[in-house]
Amino acid sequence: MREILNDIDQWRSQNKRIAVARVVDIEGSGPRDPGAAMAVNQDGEVSGSVSGGCVEGAVVAEALEILASDSPGRLVKFGYSDDEAFAVGLTCGGVVHLFIQPLNW
Amino acid sequence: MIYKTLADRIRHNKPVVLLTIIHGPNIGATLLATPNLENLGTLGDAELDRVAVRDALGELEAGRTSVRSYGPSGQVTPEDLHDTPTVRVFVESFSPPPQMIIFGAVDFTAALAKVAKVLGYYVLVCDAREVFATKRRFPMADEVLVTWPTPVLTARGSDLGPRDAICILTHDPKFDVPAIQGALATNVGYIGVMGSRKTHAKRLERLTEVGVTDRKDLDRLMSPIGLDIGSRTPEETAISICAEIIGRRVGRVVPSLRESSGPIHK
Repeated sequence: MREILNDIDQWRSQNKRIAVARVVDIEGSGPRDPGAAMAVNQDGEVSGSVSGGCVEGAVVAEALEILASDSPGRLVKFGYSDDEAFAVGLTCGGVVHLFIQPLNW
Repeated sequence: MIYKTLADRIRHNKPVVLLTIIHGPNIGATLLATPNLENLGTLGDAELDRVAVRDALGELEAGRTSVRSYGPSGQVTPEDLHDTPTVRVFVESFSPPPQMIIFGAVDFTAALAKVAKVLGYYVLVCDAREVFATKRRFPMADEVLVTWPTPVLTARGSDLGPRDAICILTHDPKFDVPAIQGALATNVGYIGVMGSRKTHAKRLERLTEVGVTDRKDLDRLMSPIGLDIGSRTPEETAISICAEIIGRRVGRVVPSLRESSGPIHK
C-alpha cells in the first residue's frame, strides 16, 4: 500500500474515482504476499502491482467494471484451475485471491 | 477519513490495521483500528467490530496479515456459527518497518545502508568519530548518530525484535566489543560482525576477557559477516549480508561465511 499512496493522493486531489485491488490470500506459489496492492483510477491508470505482471491486465478490467457498477467490492481468484472468471493465470502455477473494491472510505 | 488516516500512519511508520469484509453480509465494509485510539468506520455490527478489532490488534502486534471468519455478530465458536452466514474479514497489518542499526561509518556502511533501504529497513548509522558519521556521507540512512554503541543500545535496544538487525562493521575492538555486548542484551534477530577469521578469533579472546563466554550468546554472532558468495566490493558484500539476514530470518540453510573455512577473498 505504501508505494501507491502518492498516486492515490494525486488522483483523489483530481476527484478521480479509484478502485483498490489487494492480495488477500495465496495458494501454492504466488509472486506477491497478502497485502500487495494495486490502484486503478476511472481512466484506467494503474499504480502498484499484485503479481509478477501476469494478471494485472485482468485486474484493471475488473476494477473498471466495479467502478462503473457501484459494486461494494468483489473477491476474485486467478490461477491455474480457474476457468470461469478469466482466461489468465499465474505462470508459477499458484492461485491468488484478490479483493477489489472502490476506494470510497 | 479512513484512507487519510491510514495513509498518514503508514507514512509516519505508525502501526495501524485495516479490516475489510471480503465475503458475506456488508461486503466492502471497512474499519481502521489503531492501538489505544478510537476505531474509524464499522463492519456493520457493534459486536462484530469489538471481536474483530480485538483479533486484529493481536495480528498487528505480531505483524501478521490474514483472513479471519466470524458470524455476522462476531460469533467465533462452531456452535454459534451453525446456520449463520459467514463473514470473512481481511485483516491487513501495517507495522513499522524493521530496523537495521549499523555500527561503524566505513565504506561498507554506505553500500549496506543502500541495500537495506531497498529492502525496506529503517536504517540507523552510528560511529563515535564525528568526521565519518555525517549525513552527507550517508544520505540514504534515516538517522546518523555520532556516539558510542552503549548509549544507542541502552536507549533503543528494547524496541529491537526478531525482524531487526545489528551490523557491526567497525573492526575496532574499542567499538566492536561494547557493540556486541549491547546487541546481545537485546532480542534483535540478527547480529553480524565484520572482520577476517583472524580478527574474529582475536575478538573472541576480548569477549572472553569481558565475560561474554556463554555458548548461546556466541552462537548469535554471525562472524565473519555475510554469505560465502565470493563478494569483493562493498556493494557485493552488502548483498551477501542482506541475503544472510533473509536466510536466517526464515530459517533456511544458507552458506554463511561463519560455517566455511579458508580465506574470505580467494
